[in-house]
Amino acid sequence: MSAIHEVIVIGSGPAGYTAALYAARAQLKPLVFEGSVTAGGALMNTTDVENYPGFPGGIQGPDLMDAMRKQAERFGAELRAEDVTEVDLTADPKRVIVEGETHLARAVIIATGSRYRELGVPGEKKLSGHGVSWCATCDGFFFREQEIAVVGGGDSAMEEALFLTRFARTVTVIHRRAQLRASKIMQERAFANPKIKFRWNSEVSEILGDTKITGLRLRDTVTGEQSELTVGGVFVAIGHDPRSELFTGQLATDAEGYLLVEQPSTRTAIPGVFACGDVVDHTYRQAVTAAGTGCAAALDAERYLAGGTNPQDTY
Amino acid sequence: MGTKKVTDETFDADVLKNDKPVLVDYWAEWCGPCKMVAPVLEAISEEHGDKLDIVKLNVDENPVVTQKYGILNIPTLGVFKNGEVVKELVGARSKSALLRELADFI
Repeated sequence: MSAIHEVIVIGSGPAGYTAALYAARAQLKPLVFEGSVTAGGALMNTTDVENYPGFPGGIQGPDLMDAMRKQAERFGAELRAEDVTEVDLTADPKRVIVEGETHLARAVIIATGSRYRELGVPGEKKLSGHGVSWCATCDGFFFREQEIAVVGGGDSAMEEALFLTRFARTVTVIHRRAQLRASKIMQERAFANPKIKFRWNSEVSEILGDTKITGLRLRDTVTGEQSELTVGGVFVAIGHDPRSELFTGQLATDAEGYLLVEQPSTRTAIPGVFACGDVVDHTYRQAVTAAGTGCAAALDAERYLAGGTNPQDTY
Repeated sequence: MGTKKVTDETFDADVLKNDKPVLVDYWAEWCGPCKMVAPVLEAISEEHGDKLDIVKLNVDENPVVTQKYGILNIPTLGVFKNGEVVKELVGARSKSALLRELADFI
C-alpha cells in the first residue's frame, strides 16, 4: 500500500490539467491519472481551437493540451498515462485502483470527460473502420475526391464538415432538424463553403454496405419518407455522453449520466470528492469552461483539505 | 523488443512471411489517437516481443499496403498470422483492453 496522497485527479483534458495545475501550486502534489489513450481528452482529436482566450491566432488542440500538461508538471503534478479501473470513494482514505494497484488519497477530483455518441443504427458497428468514422482529423485523408457525409448540426459537426472539404469532393451535412445548433460563425462558414451541402430534417436509419460503406438510408423526420444517399464515408458528430460509469453506485448522476455537483461548487455528495469538466457539464461543454471548473475543483479540494467549509474562508 | 517501422517494400518480408504473429499499427503524423496509442504499443512490444512482433506502417507514406487492406480509419491495429489478417481493431485502446484483445497471441 502506498503513501496517502492529498489529491488524486482522475482524467485529463482542460479540466483535469487545470485542476492539477492549481492543486500543484497549492503544494498538494497531485497525482493525475490521465488515461492511457484518452490523455489530453477531446481536444486531442481537434485541429484549430479558435475560441480559447489568449490565442488570437488560434492554437491546435493537441498543442494546447501539451502546454497545459507541461504547466501542471512544472509545478509538481505527477502525471501518469494510466487508466483507473475501480474506485472506492466512501472509504477513508479514498481508494483509486489502477490495474490492480491501489492508491490512497484524502481528496479526489474527477475529470473523466465524455466520449462520442454513436448513432445506434444497423450497419454502424460492422462498418466502423470501413467508412464510418468519428475523427475527421484522423481519417479525412482516406476520402480524397469522394462524396462523404457528416451527421450532426452542432459546432463539432460543422468543424468536421469544413475540415473534410480539404479532401472530399462534397460533404453532405445530415441534420435531423431544419436549422443548425452550431454557433453563427461556424454556420456562416459552412453555408459559404461550396463543397458543403445540407440534408435538413433527416436522420440516418441504416448504414449500407457489406465490407465497405456504400451509402446511407435516411428517414425524413417530418414526413417519415425513406431515401438513400450514396457516400464513400460518413463522419458521426452527434454529441457526447459523459464518462461516468466508473462511479456508478457511488455518485449520483442525472438521467443522461452526468455527475451531479452542488453548483456553483464542484462538490459531489461525498465529502472530499469533486467533479469538473464535461463529465458534469451538459450545457456549455467548452475547453475554457472545463478549465474554469477544473480550477474550481482544485480550490474546493484545497479548502476541504484545510478543513474549511465556507467558500469565503479561503478565497 | 520495441516496435519496428515497416513500409510497402518491407511488408512482405516483415509481416506476411514472418514466423511470429505480427501486429501492424496503421498510423499517421496528424492523427492524435495514433500518438496516444503509440506508447502503449511500445510497452506491449517490450513485454511480449518474444511472442508478437509489433510494427508501424505510416499510411501517408505507404499507400499500397494501406489500400490493399482497405484501411479507412486510423489508428487501426491489424494482427497477421501466416500472412493472413486474423484480427482487426479500429481505434485507440487502453493497455489493459489491448492485452485482453491480444490474449490469443501473447
